Amino acid sequence: MKSVIAEDLVKTYRDGEVRALDHLSLDVEEGTVLGVLGPNGAGKTTTVRILATLLKPDSGRAMVGGIDVIKHPDKVRQIIGLSGQYAAVDEILTGYDNLVMFGELYHLGKKQAVLRANELLERFSLTESAKRPIKTYSGGMRRRLDLAASLIVKPKVLFLDEPTTGLDPRGRLEMWGVIEDLVKGGTTLLLTTQYLEEADQLADEIAVIDHGKVIARGTSDVLKKQVGGERLEIVVEAAHIEKTQAILSKVSGNKSSVDAGIRMVSAPVSTGATALIETLRELDAAGIHPLDVGLKRPSLDDVFLSLTGHVAEEKEEAK
Amino acid sequence: MSALLDIRIITQRQLRLLTRVPEVLIFSTIQPVMFVLLFRFVFGGSIDTGQPGGYVQLLMPGIFVQTVAFTLAGTASGLAEDLKKGLIDRFRSLPISQSALVVGRTLGDSMLNIVVLVVMALAGLAVGWRPSSGITNILIGFLFLFLFGYALSWVGIYVGLSVSDARVVQNVGFMVTFPLTFLSNAFAPTTGMPRLLQYFAEWNPVSTMVAGCRELFGLQNEFGATAGSFPSENPLLMSIVYMGLIMLIFIPLSVRKYKNASN
Repeated sequence: MKSVIAEDLVKTYRDGEVRALDHLSLDVEEGTVLGVLGPNGAGKTTTVRILATLLKPDSGRAMVGGIDVIKHPDKVRQIIGLSGQYAAVDEILTGYDNLVMFGELYHLGKKQAVLRANELLERFSLTESAKRPIKTYSGGMRRRLDLAASLIVKPKVLFLDEPTTGLDPRGRLEMWGVIEDLVKGGTTLLLTTQYLEEADQLADEIAVIDHGKVIARGTSDVLKKQVGGERLEIVVEAAHIEKTQAILSKVSGNKSSVDAGIRMVSAPVSTGATALIETLRELDAAGIHPLDVGLKRPSLDDVFLSLTGHVAEEKEEAK
Repeated sequence: MSALLDIRIITQRQLRLLTRVPEVLIFSTIQPVMFVLLFRFVFGGSIDTGQPGGYVQLLMPGIFVQTVAFTLAGTASGLAEDLKKGLIDRFRSLPISQSALVVGRTLGDSMLNIVVLVVMALAGLAVGWRPSSGITNILIGFLFLFLFGYALSWVGIYVGLSVSDARVVQNVGFMVTFPLTFLSNAFAPTTGMPRLLQYFAEWNPVSTMVAGCRELFGLQNEFGATAGSFPSENPLLMSIVYMGLIMLIFIPLSVRKYKNASN
C-alpha cells in the first residue's frame, strides 16, 4: 500500500513567474523510506510543504495515509509528523517545555504530555539539557529535539525536510543514527536531502528532482550505476599522459579522458579499489610515477551531470 | 471545546515566554514609566491645564492609551519572529484549531498589558495622579484600555504576517503608532494644531480613547474638544465603535492570512 502519493503537482509563485513544481509525481510505499534528492531550489521543500498541508498546490492531487491532503488537511495533520529546516521549536522555552506544550496541543493531557516528553528526551539523549532553553543547544541537539517534537503521537507518516543541512559531521552522524532507529521501527518516511550520501545511507529508494520534476528514481545502486559508479583520477607528468591514458583505458575497460590543463587522466571504473591497485601496478611497471591518485565517488553533481546534462546549480529555494 | 483548550495552551506559552525572558516585561514597563516621569516633569510645569491637579491628570490617560497602542508593534514583531523561525509551520502542521495560535497570542500579549498598566498606574499615583471618579468608573476605564490593546493586537497579527522581517515589522509598528498617538489629544490640546490636523486628531481613535478615559477617571473633557465634533462629544461611544470596527475587520483578515501563511 502507498502511504504517500503525489500526482502531477504544480506550484507556481509570483503569479506564475517561478515554477517551483512542474507536474511532480512520487509515492512512498508504507513502511519504507523515500529520499528526495535535489539541489537548492529543485522543489523539495515545496513538495514537503504541500504534503504536510502547509501549502496548496495550483493543481494536482496528494494523498497521505489514504487521505486527500487538499480536501481534508485537518485529518492529515493527525497522522503526520514534520521536522526539518523550516519546522521548528520555540527557542526561548526549554526542551522539556517545548515537548510538553506540543504534547498538550495533541490533546494528550498534561500528565501524558509530561510522560511522553520525558520518554522522548531520554530516547534522543537530551535529558541532561531538558531544562535549558533551546537557544543554548548545539545545531545537532536542536534538530534532535525538533525531530522529537514531530514524534509525539507516533505519526504514521513522517516528513523530514533536509534534517542534516547545516550540521557539522558529528551532528550529522548522530542524526543519521536517530533516523535509522526510527526507520527500523517501521515509520514511513519521506526525507529530502542535498546529499547523495545521506539518501544512500537512509533511504530504500531515491527520487532525484530538478526544476520541480522527478528526473530519476530507483534504489541507490540503480542510480549509481546510471551515473557510472566511481571514477579513477590520476595526475601525471605531461610527458606520460598518453601512456597513462592507454593503461587506464585497458584496466577500466572504459574510454579515459584527459584534462590537459591539470594533467589529469580519468575514467569511470566499476571495480573501485581493485582497479586502482591494478592501474598503479601497470603504471609502476611502465616506469610512470603518478603525482596524485584518487578514487572519486559519484557526488550529487555527478548524478545531476549525468541525468540532466547540467551541473546542480545553486539557487535560492523559492519560498 | 478543544479550540478553547488549544487557545489556553498557546496563551500559557506567551506568558511563559515572559518568565523566561524577564527583560521583555522589564522593558515594556520601564519605557512607559519613563514617559510618565518625563512628561510629568518636563512639560508638566509649563502646560497650564486650568484643571485642579495639574497636567498629570490629563497626561496619565494619554500615556495609558499610548502604551496599549504599542501592543500592535509587540504582537507584530513577535509573530514575525515565529514565522521566520518556522515555528508557525510547526503549529500549522499540528491537528489543532487553526486560529488557536493567533487568538492565544493576542490574549497573551494583552495580559502583558495588564501588568504594564498596573505598574504605570502606581508610577502615576506616585507623581500626583489622582483619579476622582470612584472605583467602578476607574475599572471601566482600565477595561477600555485593555480592550483597545486587544483590538490593536489583531492589527499586529496582520502586520506581523504581512511583513516577514521582525525588524521591519518593529519599524512599521512604530511608524503607525507614533503619529497616531501624537496627532491626538494625548499630550497636548489639539487647539494649537493646524486646522487639518485638528480634524484628524478629533477623529483619531487614540483621541477618543484618551478623552473617554479622562471622562471615566473623573476629568472634564475640555482638553480634546476643539470643534464640537461628534467624536469629541461622544468619545466613549466612538471608542467602542472603533474597537468593534478594528476587530470586525482584522480578526477575519488575520485568521485568513494565518491559514495561508508561509515563510
